[in-house]
Amino acid sequence: MSVLSLQGITKSYGGNAILKGVSLEAEAGEFIALVGPSGCGKSTLLRIVAGLDHGDAGEIVIGGKSVARMAAADRNVAMVFQSYALYPHLTAGQNIAVPLAMRRLSAAQRLPVVGNLLPGQKQLRSEIQRQVKEMALALKIDHLLDRKPGQMSGGQRQRVALARAMVRRPAVFLMDEPLSNLDANLRVHARGEIVDLHRRAGVPTLYVTHDQSEALSMADRVAVMIGGNLLQLAAPKEIYDNPSHIEVARFLGQPKINVLETRTDAAGIVRFGDLLLLADRGRAPDAPVQLTIRPEFVRFHPASTGRLTGRVERMEFLGSEVIVHARLDAIGDVVTAKSAPSEAAALSLGQPVDVEIMPDRAMLFDQQGARLQAEPVAIAASLEKIHG
Amino acid sequence: MTPNAPSVARIARLTVLSLGALIFLAPYIFMVSTAGKAQSEIFSSSLSLIPQQWSYIENFSKALSRVSMGTLLFNGVIVCALIFVIQIVVAIPCAYAMAKLKFRAARTMMVLVMLGLLVPIHATALPIYVAFDRLSVLNSYAALVAPFSISVFAIFLFLQFFRAMPDELIHAARLDGMSEAGIVARVIVPNAWPAITAFAIFSVVAHWNDLFWPLIVVTNQDYATPPLGLLYFRAAEAGDDYGALMAATLIITLPLVTAFLLAQKRFVEGITMTGLKG
Amino acid sequence: MASVATFETAIAEPAAREARIAWLLALPAITLLLLFILLPTLAVIVLGFTDFELGYGSFRFVGFENYAELFGDRTFRRSLWNTAVYTLIVTPVSIVLALAIAMLIEAETKGRAFFRTVYFLPVASLLVAMATVWQFLFHPTIGPINTFLSLFGIAGPNWLGASGTVLYGLSIIGIWQSVGFNMVLFLAGLTAIPRELYAAAEVDGAKSWFDRFRLVTWPMLGPTTLFVTTISIINSVKVFETVKTLTEGGPNKASEVLLFTIYQEGFVYLRVGYASAMTVVFLAILVVLMFLQYRVLDRKVHYA
Repeated sequence: MSVLSLQGITKSYGGNAILKGVSLEAEAGEFIALVGPSGCGKSTLLRIVAGLDHGDAGEIVIGGKSVARMAAADRNVAMVFQSYALYPHLTAGQNIAVPLAMRRLSAAQRLPVVGNLLPGQKQLRSEIQRQVKEMALALKIDHLLDRKPGQMSGGQRQRVALARAMVRRPAVFLMDEPLSNLDANLRVHARGEIVDLHRRAGVPTLYVTHDQSEALSMADRVAVMIGGNLLQLAAPKEIYDNPSHIEVARFLGQPKINVLETRTDAAGIVRFGDLLLLADRGRAPDAPVQLTIRPEFVRFHPASTGRLTGRVERMEFLGSEVIVHARLDAIGDVVTAKSAPSEAAALSLGQPVDVEIMPDRAMLFDQQGARLQAEPVAIAASLEKIHG
Repeated sequence: MTPNAPSVARIARLTVLSLGALIFLAPYIFMVSTAGKAQSEIFSSSLSLIPQQWSYIENFSKALSRVSMGTLLFNGVIVCALIFVIQIVVAIPCAYAMAKLKFRAARTMMVLVMLGLLVPIHATALPIYVAFDRLSVLNSYAALVAPFSISVFAIFLFLQFFRAMPDELIHAARLDGMSEAGIVARVIVPNAWPAITAFAIFSVVAHWNDLFWPLIVVTNQDYATPPLGLLYFRAAEAGDDYGALMAATLIITLPLVTAFLLAQKRFVEGITMTGLKG
Repeated sequence: MASVATFETAIAEPAAREARIAWLLALPAITLLLLFILLPTLAVIVLGFTDFELGYGSFRFVGFENYAELFGDRTFRRSLWNTAVYTLIVTPVSIVLALAIAMLIEAETKGRAFFRTVYFLPVASLLVAMATVWQFLFHPTIGPINTFLSLFGIAGPNWLGASGTVLYGLSIIGIWQSVGFNMVLFLAGLTAIPRELYAAAEVDGAKSWFDRFRLVTWPMLGPTTLFVTTISIINSVKVFETVKTLTEGGPNKASEVLLFTIYQEGFVYLRVGYASAMTVVFLAILVVLMFLQYRVLDRKVHYA
C-alpha cells in the first residue's frame, strides 16, 4: 500500500520549468532519498509535498487523502530543515512542544496569560510535556530541554530538530539536507542514527540530499532527479549497477563513470578494443552510442601491444586505492581506472599501457541517454548470429 | 489557502498602504498647492488642490526677496560639508588605531566613546555657549561647526566596520612597505566607502535639520542655516502669508528631498546601517 | 647580558612604535572629545551647583539649591509632564504604525520601493519647514484638516492654539516624522528573519497569520523592537524643533517641553546655573533609558 503518492507534479517559476512532471510512490515505512545536483528541483519537490510551495499541476496523496490543495499545517507532514529552523527564543523543550501545542491547544488556550485560565488546558499541557520528555529520552537530549538553540552545538540542534519533527507521529517525514551543516565526522555518525530512528518510527521518509553517498548508504530506494525529471527510482545497488539513463550513471559513483562516444556497425555491434558488444539485440545498426564503464572495472596493464592502448597522464594516490587516468591513443579520450595500490605500483606517468575493459560491466546508452541492452559477444558467435 | 485568497489579501494590503501613503504625502501636496495660491484663495478655505489663479511667481518672488535664500542654502551646505569632512578626518584614524593597533589607551577610549554616545549636544550646549561667548566666536562658521568636529558616533561606527575588516589586508599592506598613515589613506578608506556614505547621509541629515545649536550661537542673518532662516522668515511674515511661507518652505525643503529621491536606496541603507549600529 | 638586552629591545621596539603611531592617530579625536564632550559635561554638572548667570561677572556655589528650586518650579514640572505625555503618545503609536507598515511592505512584491520612499520622505525633510506646513494644515479656520472635518459636520479644534489639543497636534507631527525611520529599521529586521523559520512554523501547524506572527516574527524582531523603542523614546524626549517653531511652549505653557524649557532658561533668560541643573535631569533621564535598554537586551531578547 502506498502511503505517499505523487502524480505528475509540475512547477515553473517565471517560465523556467523546475519540475517537469514528477511521479513517485512511497510504501509504508520506506526511506526514499531524493538525490541530484543542485538546481535539479529536489528541494522544490519536497516543499511542494510539505505544502510550503504549490505545484502548477499534479496530485499529492498522503494516506489515501488528496492534499494538494491543503495548507502545510493540515497535511500531517513533518519536516527537518537544512538550517534546522529552531525557534531561537524558545528552549529545546518548547521547540519540540510547538507542533503539539499548535494542534492540540486552541488559539485562545495558547494566549500567554489568558490561556492559562481556560479549562482543560492544564491536562493538555502536561500531556504535551510528557510526550516531549519521552521524545527527548529517545533521542538522548533530555538533558538539553532547558537550553536555547544558541547554547547548543550543531549536532545537538540537529537532534532537537529531529525530535520536533518526530514528536507528533506524522504521516510522512520530510528532510531537507539535514546533515549538510554538520562536520564530516558527525555527519557519518548521524547517518546511522537517522536510519535507526527511521526503522523504529516506521514513518515513510523523503530525504533530500545532494550527497550521493548519503543517499546510497541510507535509503531503501534512491530517486535520482536531474533537470526537473525523476530519472530513476530504485534500490541503491540496482540504481548504481543498472542505471536506466546515462545521467543517472554519470551522477552516481566516485570517480565518475567513463563515457566513450562510439558507433555500432552494420550488424549493430560495438567494437571497442577487445570489446565486442551487441547493442539492443542488433536493433540499432550503424548508430552513434555511448559506451560507459565504471572506473573499478577498468584495468591498465604496462605494455602497448593490445588493441586499445593509451598513456598514463595523471595518478591520484588515495591510500587504499589509486585513481589512474590514461589518454587513449586512438580517440584521444581520457579513461579513468580505480586500481589497488599494488597494481598501480607498476605504472608511472607517461607510461604506455594496454586498457582492459570488463565486457560484462560495460553499458550502452543511445544518443538521447536511454539505456540499450548490451550483450558481450565472441566474434564467432556474433557472426553466427548475424549470418546464421 | 484557496488560490483566490492571496489576491484578496493583496488588494486589502495595497489599499491600506496607499491610503497611508496619501496621508503621509498630504503635507507635501498641500505645500506645493498652497505655494501657488493667492492670499484670498487660501482664506476661502477650500480643499481644492489646484490654484484657481496661479500665483507661484508672486509667492516665490516674495519668499526670495524677504530672506536671502541663496545665503541660507549656501550656509547650510558649507556648515554640513565642514562638519562632515572634519568628523571623518578625525574619526577614521582614531577608529583605525582602536580597531587594529595595540595601545594601552584603547580601552579607556572605548569607555569614553560609549559615554560620549550618551551625551547629546543639548547637554553640552550651555558650557560651550558660555565659552564661545567669552572667546567672542559666536556668529561664525567656527561656532556652528566646532562642537560637531568630534563625532563619537562616527568613531563607533567605523570601529565596528574596521573590526570586521580582515587583519590580513593590513598585514599585507605592511609587508608591501606602507606606513600606518599610508594604510589608512590607501587601504582603509577605499574599503570603508559603504560606512563613509552611510555616515555622510546620517551626518548631513542631522546637521541640515538641526535648529537647536544654530539658534543658540547665531543671531546674525549672515550665518543663518536653513532652519534658522525659515524661523526668521516666519517671524518677519507674522505667520499669516501662507502662500509665501509655503513657497519658502518648498525652496528650503527641496535640496535634501531631491537628494533623497535621487539616492533613496543609499539613504535608506545609510540610515538603516547607522541606525542599527547606533 | 648584552645580547639579551638587544633581543628585548628588538621585540619592545616595534610594539612601542605601534603604540606611538596609534596615539598619534587618535590624538585629534581624544583632544576634541575631551574639549567638546567630557569637559562640557563635567562643567554642566558643576554649573548646576552654582547661581551662574551670563552677563554677571561672579558666581557662587549654591549646593542643591537649584535642584530644590526645580522641584517647586511649576514650569519645569509642567515641562516634564508634557514631555512624558508627548513621549507616551508618540513612541507607541509610531512603533506600532511603523511595524504594521513594514510588515505590509515586506509582504508586497511590487511597489515596495515606492512605499518605502513615501513613508521615509518625512525623515529626509527639513522638520522646521514641514512643521510650518503642518501649522497650515492645522490652522483652525483655513487649514485643510478642519475644512475636511467640516465636510462631515465636525467642528475641528484649534489644534495648536488651544491648550487642550496642542500636545496632540505636536504628537501627530512627531509621529508623522518618525514612522519612516522606525519603519526602515523594522524592514531591515524583517529581512533578517530566516525564511525557513516561517516554513517550520507552517509545517508545525501555525495556520493563521497571527500564529506565525507570534511564533516567529515578534520574537525574532525582539532586538529591533527594543532598539527602536529606546531610540524613539530618546528622540521624543528630545522634542524641540516643532515646539520652538510652532508654539514657543504655549498656549499657557501647555506645550512646554524639557529641551524648550532648558533653552528658555539658559539661552534666553541666561540663567546658566539653573538651566544646567535642568540639563543634568535631562541627562539622567537619557542615562536611565540607556541603562534599561542594556538590561533588557541582556535578559530578554538576545537568544545566543
